[in-house]
Amino acid sequence: MTTTTTPTTPHEPALTPDSRPRTRSVAAPSKRMSAFFANASLIIIGFCFLLPLSWLVFASFDTAATYQTRVPAELSFDNFSAVLTPELTFLPLWNSLIISVSTAVITVVIALLAAYPLSRYQARFNKPFMYTVLFGTCLPITAIMVPVYALFVALNLLDSIPGTIAFLAASSLPVAIYMAKNFMDSVPISLEEAAWVDGASAMRALRTIVIPLMRPGIAVISIYVFFAAWGNFFVPFVLLLSPSKQPAAISIYSFFGQYGTIAYGQLAAFSLIYAVPVIALYVLVSRGIGGSFALAGAVKG
Amino acid sequence: MTAEVLTPSPQPELRRDPEEGSRRSRRRSLTSLIRMIPLVPAIFLMLVFLAGPIIWSLWGSLTDASLTGRAATDPQFIGVDNYTRLFADPLFPQSVWLTVVFTLVSAVIAQTVLGLSLALLMNKANKKVGAVVGTIIVAAWILPEIVAAFVAYAFFSQDGTLNQMLSVVGLDGPNWLYSFPMLAVICANIWRGAAFSMMIYQAALNDVPPEITEAAMIDGAGGAKRLIYVTLPMIRQTITTTLMLITLQTLSLFTLIFVMTGGGPSNNSTTLPILAYKEAFRFSDIGYGTAIATVMLAVGAAFSIVYIRALRAPKD
Repeated sequence: MTTTTTPTTPHEPALTPDSRPRTRSVAAPSKRMSAFFANASLIIIGFCFLLPLSWLVFASFDTAATYQTRVPAELSFDNFSAVLTPELTFLPLWNSLIISVSTAVITVVIALLAAYPLSRYQARFNKPFMYTVLFGTCLPITAIMVPVYALFVALNLLDSIPGTIAFLAASSLPVAIYMAKNFMDSVPISLEEAAWVDGASAMRALRTIVIPLMRPGIAVISIYVFFAAWGNFFVPFVLLLSPSKQPAAISIYSFFGQYGTIAYGQLAAFSLIYAVPVIALYVLVSRGIGGSFALAGAVKG
Repeated sequence: MTAEVLTPSPQPELRRDPEEGSRRSRRRSLTSLIRMIPLVPAIFLMLVFLAGPIIWSLWGSLTDASLTGRAATDPQFIGVDNYTRLFADPLFPQSVWLTVVFTLVSAVIAQTVLGLSLALLMNKANKKVGAVVGTIIVAAWILPEIVAAFVAYAFFSQDGTLNQMLSVVGLDGPNWLYSFPMLAVICANIWRGAAFSMMIYQAALNDVPPEITEAAMIDGAGGAKRLIYVTLPMIRQTITTTLMLITLQTLSLFTLIFVMTGGGPSNNSTTLPILAYKEAFRFSDIGYGTAIATVMLAVGAAFSIVYIRALRAPKD
């Protein structure tokens, strides 16, 4: 084991804050030291990450907010009541909801349908298809927005919510198919075989056996797609033009453009209202199905 | 075993009978076609909305298509003019350079190093401290991109929180968004993106069997040595794939930069996605914008191929 000490890697690990003293002993003091260092550096990093966030929360409750972070003199909900108007908040939030829920539902249904033959039948076509799908997951969506705009003009789909949903669904399909296939592979096939013997069709087996068994996986995919659609700014920004159809991301952006330099508090309040659904959903999910790990695992493939 | 005639059976192609007649094999290929029907909606959507734009991108970049006027309804084929113009445009090399700097510094170096360090620190630190700090870091990641961009804008602006902090120690900070636009967007992206690498590395570190690091410890390897020679090689695979993934995401990042600086001042933070957007929609030159998009697609495709190879390498 000592042969590994040959300096094959010349650079010292600048990345490890774990600079424990030279002594090689693993005795308690050094361990406590390293735990102390770890705690201290985590707290410092955490503080840096918290600072910008705290502005958002403080400013939203502060009627005299600026871009500086300070605890509001008095807790006020005026900012919230000022932005909670139909045309400013409710309609855009409703649009966001429609767009992201439809995108998630369509994507999940189509991805499950597609995953079934890919997971259950051996075909020569499967492997190249899965590689194409994997390639599609890497596709930089912002890079194709200019051609997508031209396509939407040609198809007369510009400024149409269904068109936008269709594009969002198509762009999240590669990831969804990839995840759905992986989840479906882990559902044992023996139960379906029994159903087939009893004369159930493939689609019936999928509906009554496979889907109930992969419910956690379906939840992960739906939430993943919902998150991406809810937070997406660029796609609706390019594809939806009339304010009555635009989701909250765009209406926040327009609000910022008009009043961003005056109504800091209202901007913060609006942003918070828009962010709360995803935060709540994330908390729910991470309690329920080990959120980050499930997502990370799915991404890790 | 003879009951596999019409009902779909799980492993049909595996049991291939060399004696089968042509009628049967035709039916078999028909069955396998029918079985692929559930793939049709997925293939249709992806062909129309993903493959379509990519193919259009290749063709459209060879035309003078624009948002308004004659060229909007009847774009003319102009050959590689857009590309010659692009490579002669001083903005193009600058944007490529800014994109490279942005990706390299904010994703490859900072997010990987910070994400990995955070994951390692969480293992060492007090459970409660780790949980609280982890929540804060993940919070920045969950925020919708546009909100994160505003928060970062507020933080780095002239009267923002950063300068407020600096004034406590007697420093008079500049308007970071104007004086150091790249630094501001890079820091903002690190702030927003660290959680992703952190979570993946946490999962990877959990998969490293503790016996191995313990064995190294008994052999007398110190903390740093254990990390370099044992832990890091064991999660090398994860590091490669995560690196590629965040590189691809960062290359095409738009909203954060667009909201924070709009690519300015005087194009000093105009990365390729911003440049493509500006040329296509501000200056309504769709053809030229598409040429930039095509270049981005080519770069993205190259990275994707490397990524997919890295993904499959150890498995096959």
